[in-house]
Amino acid sequence: MSTLVRLVNANPTLLPARWQMTVSLGSHIVLSCFGVAFPVMIWVVHGRGINNNNSNNNDNDVWLGLAKRWSKVAAVLFAIGAVSGTILSFEMGLLWPRFMRRFGDVIGLPFALEGIAFFIEAIFLGIYLYGWGRLPPRRHRAMLVPIGVSGLVGTFCILSVNAWMNNPTGFRVVDGNVTDVQPIAAMLNRGVWLQFLHMWIATFMVVGFVVASVYAEGIRRGRDGVHHRAGFLVPFAFASVAACIQPITGHLAGLRLATAQPSKLAAMELATRPETRAPLVIGGVLVNGRVRYAIRIPVLGSLVARSNPNARLPGLSQFSDDARPNDQLATTVHWSFQLMITCGFALLGLGAAFWWARRRGRDLLSSAWFLRLAVIAGPLAIAALELGWITTEVGRQPWIAYRVMRISDAVVQHNSVWVTFIVLSTVYAAMGVGALVVLRSMARRWREGDEIDLPTPYSPTSYSPTSNPPTSNSPTSSSPTSSVRI
Amino acid sequence: MTLAGAVAAIMFVGVIAYAVFAGADFGSGVWDLTAGDAKRGAHLRTLIDHSIGPVWEANHVWLIFVLVFLWTGFPAAFAAICETLFVPLTLAGFGIVLRGTSFAFRKFAPSIAQARLFGAMFAVSSVLTPFVLGTVAGAIVSGRVPLDGSGDRWTSWTGPSSLVGGSLAVLTTAFLAAVFLTAEAAREGSVALVATCRRRAMASGIVAGFAALFAVLPLRSDAPHLFDRLTGRALPVIVLSAVGGVTALAALWRERPALARVGAVVAVASVVAGWGVAQYPWVLVDTATLNAAAGNRATLWGLIVVFVVAAITVVPALLYLYVLTQRGSSLRSNDEKQP
Repeated sequence: MSTLVRLVNANPTLLPARWQMTVSLGSHIVLSCFGVAFPVMIWVVHGRGINNNNSNNNDNDVWLGLAKRWSKVAAVLFAIGAVSGTILSFEMGLLWPRFMRRFGDVIGLPFALEGIAFFIEAIFLGIYLYGWGRLPPRRHRAMLVPIGVSGLVGTFCILSVNAWMNNPTGFRVVDGNVTDVQPIAAMLNRGVWLQFLHMWIATFMVVGFVVASVYAEGIRRGRDGVHHRAGFLVPFAFASVAACIQPITGHLAGLRLATAQPSKLAAMELATRPETRAPLVIGGVLVNGRVRYAIRIPVLGSLVARSNPNARLPGLSQFSDDARPNDQLATTVHWSFQLMITCGFALLGLGAAFWWARRRGRDLLSSAWFLRLAVIAGPLAIAALELGWITTEVGRQPWIAYRVMRISDAVVQHNSVWVTFIVLSTVYAAMGVGALVVLRSMARRWREGDEIDLPTPYSPTSYSPTSNPPTSNSPTSSSPTSSVRI
Repeated sequence: MTLAGAVAAIMFVGVIAYAVFAGADFGSGVWDLTAGDAKRGAHLRTLIDHSIGPVWEANHVWLIFVLVFLWTGFPAAFAAICETLFVPLTLAGFGIVLRGTSFAFRKFAPSIAQARLFGAMFAVSSVLTPFVLGTVAGAIVSGRVPLDGSGDRWTSWTGPSSLVGGSLAVLTTAFLAAVFLTAEAAREGSVALVATCRRRAMASGIVAGFAALFAVLPLRSDAPHLFDRLTGRALPVIVLSAVGGVTALAALWRERPALARVGAVVAVASVVAGWGVAQYPWVLVDTATLNAAAGNRATLWGLIVVFVVAAITVVPALLYLYVLTQRGSSLRSNDEKQP
């Protein structure tokens, strides 16, 4: 039957190994977005907080309070991201030892550079968190710059490895051995720049829409005020701009596929045979090599995928069965791709509607339906991220390195992976729930006006709801000494 | 020294840094676990939170650094270690996840009951993780990790050397943590806490010292290569470690915690360095030398460059963080007195 089933029969660890990678990378990708884009937003908010031109000091306190809260949220997410990232470096070897044995020295350099970037980010995040009330305001804010830069560099390095898997280069194979390794050429492969840009901008969409959705929900529950409006506007502005740029980077990255990875393009478009003036296939399922239940729009496929109505689109039939995604996987790729685009344009539309209305003097934050949509936008942005990632990863199947190594030749060779997969999924689920509980309890305390650094729960002056009476019902009007200590 | 040897030396700097910095973090789990109930252990646990709070995320990076250098510099050895030592490495991975997240969650836990649960998870995984990492080292030094990755997935890390490695890892991290906590308590000016930590530091130091002495006995038959070098080429480093340990104990006795901290760091860093010196030139003892398992030369040079970049960028930043947190602690205790 299908390639995957054949591969799975030949190699029983392949399925759990792939799922374990899906769970761990699928979680880490969301967390790492917050390490990349959130510091930039905090930088903007912090800047407003120390701007002396503000008409009154209360505004400064609101902005600074926001920056301080966000930095604490960033710390929790960064901590979880740090451990899930450590797990990933274990998994590279534990799940894909034969890939690492063969190509470890080809792809290792960007990982090593990413290690530096991550280290710098961790150090300066530590400094920034510690700096509240301890560093002069401008220098304190400047500590966010290295965090943002290392987020950028780290994204580039990781995407460089992923782009290498899509465009393996920088080595030769002689008599079955990898030789003549050029690590810089491998790192700066042809796919890296567009993949990097697409992912880096995605981090701003994810963080922007998710953070904005939290404040939209607050406003929806009647907590309207300077604080919530600021908390909504800054991330929403970042996300709106990112959502406008994202179709362009995505389109440019897609244009490369016709030559770089034709089997992936064929799966994304659900094209069974190569043709010029190819139709755009919307929806549909691939069953026994035939597309069913799809809507076809003539010529549009060639136009959107190659910017030329007469261009030729590759089809799945031109590849042998063991060199392309099988029917089910191709359907998965196709749906992920089209749903990602749907989510992306829905988000773009939401952003455009808001700013257009604002220009015309209408404030959509007082509109119930807009707020509802803005709350959904957060999960939608995460969905778009995951769907895009599924598109590129599943679309590459059955290769771990395109046309160089199959995943079945890379995976570890024993049966314990089902166990580790189940344990890891359970732990990650608990970790996700734990993170939500912690973040919600932080938010609740903040609403109760408790801004002072929390003592540890074991501390003699242990925190309890009664020992710290709310100083004020509204965070925006709390006194400067309790809200921000600068 | 060959190019591969240079890369291995750099990698081992990461191992030493991980043993010292993360070791102090891991070890605090032992004391968190044995601090008593929520009320009695409150002071000590608060101290633990203070002392590892601001910098603990950065410590994972040493491990990532070692893993990345291993798979980039010595891809075949990395694959072999991962295949044969799948179980302890998986346990270490889970230990790190549970430790990191439960530490973060405990800090923000809304109730004592939840804090207790997260605290227990934090403490248990803080003990488990160094233990299994120690068994990994034991497996490598006793020649149980063949280069083709075909080693037994259970017996290869449960031999005498592995048990020695695991126990030593737990004991040395506990000692290191107790000494660090003593210094932290002294800086916070808490006489009672200094006494508590000092007692624990001296007890664990004596236990760890004797354990290290007797550890060589099983190594003699189980890891003869290592034993020969530890008592030969690496002996000066081991003696330095002993001097550091004795200095630390004497300084604790004389109530000079800052000096004790220096001694403890020297003791742990040089015992780990001694392991590295003794293992050279093998990356996997008896099965692969550094040169045999090394990756491509261009990549090895790339790693040297990465190391230089890291030294230029990371070290100043790290120093700034340490200076700031050392100074910050005194600021913080002033703050807390005011309201």
